[in-house]
Amino acid sequence: MKKIDRRKFLKGSLAGGMVAAATGMHKNASAAHSFEGYPDSMGVLVDLTKCVGCRTCEAACNKEQGLPAPDRPFDDYSVFEEHRHGGLKRRTSEKAYTVVNRYDTEGGPVYRKFQCNHCNEPACLTSCFVNAYTKTKEGAVIYNPKVCVGCRTCMIACPFYVPAYSYSSPINPIVRKCIMCYDTRLKFGKPPACVEACPQEVMTFGKRKDLVKIGHQKIRFQPEKYVDHIYGEHEVGGTSWMYLSSVPFEELGFDTHLGTQPILNYVKDFLAIVPMVLCIWPALFTGFHLLARRKEARNSEEEQTEE
Amino acid sequence: MKWRRLGNVCGGAVFLLLAGMSTGPVFAQGPDMVILDDMAQYYEPVEFNHTMHVDLLGDNSCATCHHHTVGTPLVDKNCLRCHVGSTETDSAACRDCHSTKRFSAEYLAALEKNIHLYHEDKPGLKGAFHQRCLGCHKEMDAAVNCEVCHARTEAGDKFFYSGKYAPEPTAPKGH
Repeated sequence: MKKIDRRKFLKGSLAGGMVAAATGMHKNASAAHSFEGYPDSMGVLVDLTKCVGCRTCEAACNKEQGLPAPDRPFDDYSVFEEHRHGGLKRRTSEKAYTVVNRYDTEGGPVYRKFQCNHCNEPACLTSCFVNAYTKTKEGAVIYNPKVCVGCRTCMIACPFYVPAYSYSSPINPIVRKCIMCYDTRLKFGKPPACVEACPQEVMTFGKRKDLVKIGHQKIRFQPEKYVDHIYGEHEVGGTSWMYLSSVPFEELGFDTHLGTQPILNYVKDFLAIVPMVLCIWPALFTGFHLLARRKEARNSEEEQTEE
Repeated sequence: MKWRRLGNVCGGAVFLLLAGMSTGPVFAQGPDMVILDDMAQYYEPVEFNHTMHVDLLGDNSCATCHHHTVGTPLVDKNCLRCHVGSTETDSAACRDCHSTKRFSAEYLAALEKNIHLYHEDKPGLKGAFHQRCLGCHKEMDAAVNCEVCHARTEAGDKFFYSGKYAPEPTAPKGH
């Protein structure tokens, strides 16, 4: 019988392990291939050049979602001067699923509506360990507050810092965010309340794939007006809410370094290895340990017999 | 008679027409006053003084607001690609082309069926009004405040948490 020395055994097992790892990773990677979004998913194209900062969308959202009274009236425009700690603009909260902020650019003020972008492949959804989130075929990213345990992982996972937390509830704090009016409107084929309320029709509601076409057509016909980019067409794998702007997006507080990969892709490879490591490594290293101690054990046996 | 229809459709309620509207010069002028009340809910209907705006912009300026629909010459190059010889249409009323239910499922379904439609992104009535009015008002340094054109109703005050519905002022908290 051919004797295998330890060096060869180690080499072989390492190579085998790597092959197993590689094939395992490949399988998982292809199984969770980038999701392009549901074919008839709805979306909203926001033309930031049209927004006049009237905050009607905020009022409409408050009414539709039955949110508590705001701290200040919705026609109080001094909120645009409001800054959070660190000079940051207003953000979504448990009391406001959408906010409008003003950005002072060279060409004058530009208003930007901020709410959940309803990603095609949402990071909040993939990060949630109780599966509270659902991406509906209509395009909305909704959540089940009954199963939310309030761990706030989604708040960290979201590349847009959208989910807010009900800090006011000491007993059962949960995550709160825009659901594209799914329960009351979207699922019945109606546009979100903010879209319908907007006097300027800043937002165009329709099938996402049509909105991408409309967006590019607008850019083509008015290249002097628009930046040649639809924010959200490809960002983090594409979002249901997309934006057109006349000034570079980074000037309006958009993160332009998010890349085109869904957030999940950055952790998918690592996560695929975890189960394999848990199964193989204990057996493998136990084997190594026994092999390493075999000679020692034999030596001590021999010593005993000599004595 | 087309302007009578415009008055009817745009007005819906009270409106005034210039006398002798079937004669030539009036035809070019359009209605004197148009009441815009199609979507009045949070605001009172708008009393749009058509004559004043025509006087301000000058005759032959109809296309500034009415595109090609009244047969006056167009200036926009994008429009001229198709509408170079366009004559006036049956109606020049905003609401006859711009829908009040722009994002309803029915409208979107009809949009999808009509594969030859070029103006896919045509705004709804509310959008058309505001983009046109406010856009021009901004350019001309005219009033841009909501309530200059339409006074807010009580339902509007409630909606905006304003007036007697305003929240109790709270002390600024935190940092």
